[in-house]
Formats: sequence, C-alpha cells, structure tokens
Amino acid sequence: MTQGERGGALLQVEGISVRFGALLALNRVSLDVYQGEIVAIIGPNGAGKTTLLNVISGFYHPYEGRIAFDGRDRTHLSPPDVAALGLARTFQNVALFKGMSVLDNIMTGRLLKMRGHFLLDALWWGPARRQELEHRAFVERIIDFLEIQAIRKTPAGRLPYGLQKRVELARALAAEPQLLLLDEPMAGMNVEEKEDMCRFILDVNGEFGTTIALIEHDMGVVMDISDRVAVLDYGRKIADGTPDQVRKDQAVLDAYLGVTHD
Amino acid sequence: MDAVAREHQRELGPREDTFPKLVQWNAERTPGKIAIREKEYGIWQPYTWRDYFDQSRLIALGLMSLGFARGDKTAIVGDNRPPLYWSVMATQALGGVPVPLYQDSGEKEMAYIVEHAEARFAVVEDQEQVDKLLHVKAQCPRLEYVIYVEPRGLRSYDQPFLLSLAELRLRGRRYAEAHPGAFEAEMAKGRADDTAIICYTSGTTGTPKGAMLSYRNIILTARNAIAFETLGADEEILSYLPMAWVGDHVFSYAQSIVAGFAANCPESAATVLSDLKEIGPTYFFAPPRIWESLLTTVMVRIEDCAWPKRKLVQFFLGLAQTMERARLSSAPVPAWCRLLYPLGRLLVYGPLTDNLGMRRVRRAYTAGEAIGPEIFLFFRSLGINVKQLYGMTEASVFVTIQKDGDVRLDTVGTPVRDVQIRISDGGEVLFRSPGVFQGYYKNPEATRQTVENGWLHSGDAGFLDTQGHLKIIDRAKDVTRLADGTIFPPKYLENKLKFSPYVKEAVCIGQDRPFVGALVNIDLDAVGNWAERRGIAYTSYTDLSQKPEVYELVRGEVDRVNLSLLDDERLKGARIRRFLILHKELDPDDEEITRTRKVRRGYIAQKYQALIEALYGESERVQVDAQVTYEDGRTGTIRADVRIEDVDAPAVGAVAR
Repeated sequence: MTQGERGGALLQVEGISVRFGALLALNRVSLDVYQGEIVAIIGPNGAGKTTLLNVISGFYHPYEGRIAFDGRDRTHLSPPDVAALGLARTFQNVALFKGMSVLDNIMTGRLLKMRGHFLLDALWWGPARRQELEHRAFVERIIDFLEIQAIRKTPAGRLPYGLQKRVELARALAAEPQLLLLDEPMAGMNVEEKEDMCRFILDVNGEFGTTIALIEHDMGVVMDISDRVAVLDYGRKIADGTPDQVRKDQAVLDAYLGVTHD
Repeated sequence: MDAVAREHQRELGPREDTFPKLVQWNAERTPGKIAIREKEYGIWQPYTWRDYFDQSRLIALGLMSLGFARGDKTAIVGDNRPPLYWSVMATQALGGVPVPLYQDSGEKEMAYIVEHAEARFAVVEDQEQVDKLLHVKAQCPRLEYVIYVEPRGLRSYDQPFLLSLAELRLRGRRYAEAHPGAFEAEMAKGRADDTAIICYTSGTTGTPKGAMLSYRNIILTARNAIAFETLGADEEILSYLPMAWVGDHVFSYAQSIVAGFAANCPESAATVLSDLKEIGPTYFFAPPRIWESLLTTVMVRIEDCAWPKRKLVQFFLGLAQTMERARLSSAPVPAWCRLLYPLGRLLVYGPLTDNLGMRRVRRAYTAGEAIGPEIFLFFRSLGINVKQLYGMTEASVFVTIQKDGDVRLDTVGTPVRDVQIRISDGGEVLFRSPGVFQGYYKNPEATRQTVENGWLHSGDAGFLDTQGHLKIIDRAKDVTRLADGTIFPPKYLENKLKFSPYVKEAVCIGQDRPFVGALVNIDLDAVGNWAERRGIAYTSYTDLSQKPEVYELVRGEVDRVNLSLLDDERLKGARIRRFLILHKELDPDDEEITRTRKVRRGYIAQKYQALIEALYGESERVQVDAQVTYEDGRTGTIRADVRIEDVDAPAVGAVAR
C-alpha cells in the first residue's frame, strides 16, 4: 500500500538530537510515520533505536529538533501526556506488574480512559460500576483477540516470557492507541512464538488500523511484516524505504557487515 | 418387548424424523430453555432453542441464496462453536449432508475428505482453516463456497468464493423476504431414512472411510440411550471433543436435541479444564486419554504439596481405592474404611471432585479405547459415577453401557436397548441394532466387509460373560501369541504401563518373538517436573528421555506391571523383559498415532524397525534417526542414541502394590 492511500503523517520527527554527556545518541534524526503503516526501526547494537522510541514516548527530550503528533507539536510533553494523545508502547525488558493477574495488568491499560470519583469507585456503585463493566468488556475483546483466555487469572510473573510479551501487547492495546510502539516484541522467543507474534501484530494493524512502529533484530520478521524500514547507525539515520530497497542499500550492508579499511 | 412393539418404537412421527424438525419442536415447546452456551469474552453466552432454530434457519437461507441443492455436502471444520452446530442443522434442513472434519487435520487429510465427500460448501471457524482450504482448493474442484465464522485476519482476503457468516446471514435475510416459506418447504421434505451425517473415521489403517448415518439410526440410538440412562432436559454437557468425532455429534448435537438439554462450548482448547469447573456438567464424556491427563494433573499437584498434605491425600486416596476395589468385586468393605470415608470426603474427595469440575456429574463415560483399570478405579473411588461404554461410529455410538450399580473393572457392560450381540466363531464381537449405519460413502466394498446380514463386524476380540456382560480383550487382529504360544494382548499391557503419570504412551511388541519388549514414551510435563524436583538438568525431550535416572523411574513402572501380571495364570508369561524409552514423542503429525490417539502398530513396527530389532538383540545401545513433521508440514530429523534395559523377573514373594 502506498503512503498516499494510508493518509498523512501521524508522527513527524524532525531533526532530533539527544546527548548523554559526551555521547551523541541521536544525531539529527528525522522520521515520518504515516497513518496505518508498520514501520520497523533497525540498526546494530547501540545505534540509538531505543533512545528514539524513548524520545517519541516522552521519556527523553531532545535538545534540538521537533516532534509532531497528529499535526500538533508535542516535543516537550511528559509520558502521561503523550499516552493521553493516543500513543502506547511495550518495553524491551517486560515491564508488567508481576504479582497482578493478567486481567488486572491489562485493565491498567484502561486507566487513562477511566473518569472516576474516589468515593463512588470505593463503593463500586452507579456510574463507577457501569464504567468498570464497560472497560472490562473492552479488555475481554483484547483477551479474545490475542488468544490469552486461558491465562486470564494467572499472575503475570508466573507466565513464560513469550506470553508476558503478549500480555504487554494486550495492555498497550487496552489504551486504544493510534500509534503503538513496540520495543523488540520478539526478543528471546522461539520460532513458533515469533510467528504467533507476527500474526498478532499484522492482525492489530489490519483489524484496528493501528499504526505501528517497532524495533526488531530478527531481519526475517522485519522484512516480512513491515511496510517501511528505517535504519539507524551511530545515532544517524542511514536508510529509509521499503524492505526491498533497504535490503540492497550499500550503507546498510556496510553498517551490518562492516567495511574493509584499506 | 415383543416384535410389534419394537417395530412401533422404531417408527418416527412426521414431526420427529429429522433433527431440524426436532429443533423446531423444541423451539415451540420450550422456546426459553437454554439449548447451547458458548464462553466468549469471559462470559457464558446462552442461546435458547428459539435462537438455535432461528440462527440455523438464517444460515440455511443464506446457503439457499448461494444455490444449495438437496444432497449437497457441507464440510464443517473448527472447534466446538454454536454457529458450527447451527450449520450442521442448516445443512440437514435443506436435505444436505454435513461432513465434519477434525480441526487439526493437515492439508493432505483435509483435501482427501473434502474431495471424497464431494463437498460443495464449507463452513469453517477461522483463518487457520480458511488458509488450509485455500491451499487445497485446487485439488477439490467441487468446493464452491467457503464460509468463515471468525473474520479476524481475513480482512485482506478477496477470493470471491469466501464469505463471512455475517454476510451469509444477511443474504439469508434477504432471501427469506424474496422467498417466504422456502426454508419451511425444504425442511418438511426431510425423511427418517435420509443420510443425516457422514463421519469420517480416522482409521488406524489406510485412508479414512465415511460412515453414513441416517436420522433413524441416530435418533433411535440417542433415544434408547437416553431411556437407558434416564437423562432429562436439565442435563448440562461440555462440548469439547472434536465435532468430527461421532461421539460429539451424538452427545452434543443428537442427544441434546432429542432430550432438550444444554451443550456448552468452551472458550478455547486451552481453557477446557477451567470451563469444566465453571459449568459443572451432569453428563460427561471423555476418552481414556482425557481421564489419564486429568489423573496426571492431580498426581503432579500432589507431588508438589508439602509432605503433611501429601501424606493425608495419599492416605485417603488409598483408602477410597481399597473400598472401591472391594465394591467392584462385591467383596465386603472393611468397617474401618467405612468409618473413615466420610472424613475423606470432607477433606479430600469433595474438594478434589469440585476442583475437577465433577461434583455434579451423575453419569460419566469412558470409551473409544480400553481404560487402565487403575485410572478407572481412581475416579470411581472419588465418588464420580464413571462407567465404561462400548461403541462405534458405525453403530451411532452406543452398543453397551455399564448399568448404574453394576459396574465392573474389566467389562464394558450390557447391551443398550434394541442391541443384540453375538460372538463369531473366530472370537470377534458382532452386533445388530437400529443404529447400524447405512454404509461407507462411495465404498460398497468396505461396507460389505463390515456388515453381513445386518450384523456389524466390530473388529474387536471379546466374549460375553455368564451375566451377559461384554468383555473386550483387544482389537481382533492385535491379540497374538509369543513364539512359545503364550497369549500376548499388547493393549492390555500398554494400558497398565500408561497408568503411571510418567508414561504417556507405550507400544508393546511380542508377536512371534521370544518375549515381550516395550517402547515407552515419557510424559514431558510429569517427568520434567519430577526431574526438576531432583535437580536433574536436561535440555530437550530427547535428552531427558535418555537420562539414567529416568530409565530407573520407568523401570519401576515396568516392574509394577510385571508384578500385577503374576495374578493371572494366562498372562504370567507376557511380562516385559526389555524396554527402551523413545527419544521423541509419538505424534499424529508423524502418523505414529491417529488423531484420536490410537497407536498405529504397523507403521511404528516399520518406522522403528531398528529399535525393535535391537530390543531382541544383544546390544545395550542403538543409534536412531527419526523423521519428524513440524506443524507447518516441514520435516526434520532427530538423531539420538537410545539405551535398552533388561528387566529382571519380579522377586518371588514380592507383594503387588
């Protein structure tokens, strides 16, 4: 599908730079993410992929450059404000509430959508009760979608890693994001789990129309599911295009395979 | 009952001679009664008989709009879902024949059945099944439309012959407006002797055969079994076994419609155990493998308990089993057992049956294969009324059932009403009943071999005991003799081995051999758990299976089996002298066992020839390569070094545990 069909840029990152002390983690990186596409951000270790994701989700603020979401400038918003704009993410190292059930973990993804009054909530009465039922119904649809019915009541910490990743995705989806950021959704998974995860990512994109930006190391996965691939190396963007274009790009081959210095 | 009354019994009135008519009758008589439930979005969604009829009608109208003609076949593939049961009824109402397929069957199997049955329509559950059908569509030129229930992931599929159930319903609604009364007219044409369903038997040998059952076959058999067991409209049943299997068709569809009770479809295959607990069925059916895996789960949990708890549970389970064994052999129950039993019920049996979801079970069956006596005993001793049932696809299931209060360990009960049993000169069980099928679809040769003058050849070796109970020994072709003439019933030994939670599958060999040898499959969960508790590290199934400690563990189980054989004069010589543990799990994808988990002996004998030769050789080790087929159809090879162990004769004077 071409970008034209998918509509305008949902996220515009323009020339951002991030510095940790003397280290220039991101050097004037620009990236546009269009409505409805799946963009993969790849690059060797330390290329600045997670930093870029952290900037987009508001954990870090760039010292130069500008970020616009849905056409509005939001370079300096904090994570909760970013989330309220319709952006959700998962983490490289799973960040679930380990002692809480899968269901409760996913329900936390709905928190931003809840308008509560502490007294009514405490009594679980009237609008508070109705509201929780509505949110629960929504969460159940996600549980059904991601096929995790069997672990609904299992404490998240007791699940195998692959399932924890899926629960994290469920929690992100519970926020009904417009843009979903996935930080290595398939790290540490076996082949079968990876295939499942690919299918879920494609289904989320197809069924809910959610725009997805993901970081991933498995090139097979990246080439299979992405509409577009952006490549980072030493904090700079060195390529941006369809999987086929990127695969043949000399700068990318050099970054991954190394260059001979004569 | 005299002959006239019996004939009268077999006549079906004009309003009760097909399932769609019976559903309509239910919808008029008890419109508000729950007919089927499905757990979806975490909640049990109920549908009444009124809904059941209306939904099926709408699907039928949709099929009519696509040009469904009388005699057309509909392939039905998926987990147990109300819309798939409705599609069965919709097809039947239009004078068509539903052909349910196993949802986990591979493309080859699917292509064969869809093509052989000449299915024009297919109603399937989801993307997975649609993908399989798309791959094989070229081999099935007669297949015209594929209808799917769950649209997820299918958004970008644009094949013109694909449509969702929602679209089908919409078309049905429009068709009904344009053709009022069309559905009712088609439904009224159904007759008792039309073919109601074609069930393909998974078959331990050769290609699947399609058994055609008529409405009369199924309705009369269902009715007789309902009368035999006094089932009512208030029963609850869990519909979790494959729809392609005749058992599910009879329990979840036929009996539910005839008796008016509710079928409950679990949320997913993985949630069956918790759904079982939530529904608390009153009528429950499971093949031995399910009982085995339930028992394994219980045993593993007990092993994980703190020791005071474990000791307590083990004591009371032992007590209950002693009592049940005495009861089944009509021996007196010791007074101290009777005194302690209520305490056991309070502390152990009650909570355990409740946790298994079996507290409300009034009748439970095991069938399909012989069940290990120890497994049977275990569940009965908890107070669950598990009974053995003997049935076949070709007989619309029911042949014999154990009567309440007349349950034995080693027989499968007495004939159900209207069933006559005879033993052939060769020792094979033959029977005659209103449920005996119309024949195999497009295979008159096989039909002739199976039915002779109305007597159906079961292929099982067995005999009727003095009280009229049927006892099945084994498949007629499997009961053989060792080289020295000792009787060797392989399945009997295998079931004894499989009682151990650590043994998942076993294959015993001995025909024309000097002694019995066994190939054992360990249960990865149970043995893995056992190994973890002992701090034994392992990397894979293959690695775990060849650990010396695991061999010791399995040797203990073999000893137990050998010891129990000492009780029987005829079987004493059939003790297992050598065994090995297989380096890979027997798998239906590798065609080693059928989808219903029956061992395919011929194939295994051929595939593992090297291992079997080694069993009867001198060496202690053997190298093997085994082909494995992955779920996506690719194949790979597992190479392993398998050990073979000798088992000493049980010590004289040793006492059976």
